[in-house]
Amino acid sequence: MAGMTITEKLLARASGRDSVRAGDFVSAKLTLVLANDITAPIAVRGFRKMGAGRVFDRAKIALVADHSTPNKDIAAAEQVKVMREFARDQEIVHYYETAAGIEHILLPDRGLVLPGDCVIGADSHTCTYGAITAFSTGVGSTDCAAGMATGECWFRVPETLKFVFEGSPQPWVGGKDLILYTLGQIGVDGALYRAMEFHGSAIRSLDMAGRFTMCNMAVEAGGKNGLVPFDEVTKAYVDQRASREYVVLDPHADAEYAHVYEWDASVIEPQVAVPFLPSNARGVSELKDIVIDQAVIGACTNGRIEDLRQAAAILRGRKVAPRVRCIIIPGTHDIHLQATQEGLVELFLEAGAAVSTPTCGPCLGGHMGILASGERAIATTNRNFVGRMGHPKSEVYLASPAVAAASAVCGRICGPEDVK
Amino acid sequence: MGLGGRVHKYGDHVDTDVIIPARYLTTSDEQELAAHCMEDLDPEFANQVQSGDVIVAGVNFGCGSSREHAPIAIKASGISCVIAKSFARIFYRNALNIGLPIMECPGFVDGVEAGDEVEADTTGGTVRNLTRDGEGTFPPLTGPAAELVAAGGLVPLVRQRLNAEG
Repeated sequence: MAGMTITEKLLARASGRDSVRAGDFVSAKLTLVLANDITAPIAVRGFRKMGAGRVFDRAKIALVADHSTPNKDIAAAEQVKVMREFARDQEIVHYYETAAGIEHILLPDRGLVLPGDCVIGADSHTCTYGAITAFSTGVGSTDCAAGMATGECWFRVPETLKFVFEGSPQPWVGGKDLILYTLGQIGVDGALYRAMEFHGSAIRSLDMAGRFTMCNMAVEAGGKNGLVPFDEVTKAYVDQRASREYVVLDPHADAEYAHVYEWDASVIEPQVAVPFLPSNARGVSELKDIVIDQAVIGACTNGRIEDLRQAAAILRGRKVAPRVRCIIIPGTHDIHLQATQEGLVELFLEAGAAVSTPTCGPCLGGHMGILASGERAIATTNRNFVGRMGHPKSEVYLASPAVAAASAVCGRICGPEDVK
Repeated sequence: MGLGGRVHKYGDHVDTDVIIPARYLTTSDEQELAAHCMEDLDPEFANQVQSGDVIVAGVNFGCGSSREHAPIAIKASGISCVIAKSFARIFYRNALNIGLPIMECPGFVDGVEAGDEVEADTTGGTVRNLTRDGEGTFPPLTGPAAELVAAGGLVPLVRQRLNAEG
């Protein structure tokens, strides 16, 4: 019998079984259940209708106000209020709002997700935590409610796709470029219902920020979850933050994968996904004369200190082009503070960028930088569907912080090598 | 069970941002959501949809966000079922959870056009195009998905379980 993939091992562990196979149904015990201000109100409604009195474990739930916050209007304020009152009523340990941050950066940084864990979140980018070799997947509000009530969630064990990136990435090429390249190769349903494991020397060379970025966008390929095998980089990140034991699960040497992709990372240039699919990846050198109105640097995909440092490396001593609205959003309050202490905020302001308090904001077309009809943005966010950042007749191009910052300076889409 | 009505036909990768844009996500009121359903893809949908109508679409229907507002908006607009070549996984789970019937029928979709009358028999596992004489089958749900549908959705299923546990 073949060995297990990382996901098979994680779901076996979570469901108390010695082994599972792709296609099996399991009921997994959850380490963490999360929701945000957009998804919590429906989850709370479902929780009450289920007749659940108390949540299964008030220390295993995280509620984060990040999408429409700081409260963008009365409706948003009322939604956050529903979540806040539920958190108080249930004595939820991990409730975050102002002075906290974007959930998918905040929760791992606070040590709430560890290797071996099993996490569901009422947010599609919950797959981000696979970078810490945990099983982590997005669900809807009602699945979240059931998770809060019972501490369990059913899954069909997915097949796994293995992606092996060998070679040294070119300068400025990081996790965002590698995941956009992957999406370009397999399409937005290329990993439908599957787990994605990222292997190879190029992946191992990524810092945690780059690994989080890659796993963050597993959902954009239709993936159930994304994973990076545990190594010394993971260990260094996790050991600084863990306040409980964790379990490291590696794939068996004879694990069965539905398909193995092997790519040479050294030939990949910085990538840009053009409208209106995240899979429309192009090398940045292919894009000429695409004038932009806005550049957004931030989001759960690329809002970490490493992402801000990459943007700063481009913006240092330069100015944002006069026609461009450059909006930089540190992912958490701690990152905002660190960016301030490192002088990055001053650098961004001197370059002519706006620096925002942490929020999802413009990523989903909520607030803090919405596009008008006919406008075009380059963003370090994760989706560029029609109307994603505002008017249905606006456009979003997806890229890394380096490409977004370079484009902000040039006033048109360009790579870091093109900036004078 | 028999469902059916007039078809609203869409292509591949109909994402949750076009099903219900984020600018409407500060409400969870079903009727408000229904009023803006499919707005950025088909601005006339909300005005024209009638109770019982069917959405027929290509691959990867419902891709993108986990927002449950998407199947809620579709169901509240009066759509009786969604037939697609394939579904994105979070949308698939959400639809089953809230009792919006969905069927994967890759071979059936291309022969259907907007305005056709289509019916679906969820017990028998068949779909039929009454306007153009096309037919298709879809596999029965198994495991937890089947339990969900039998219970009428995830809320009743969990309520049953919590009551049984006492």
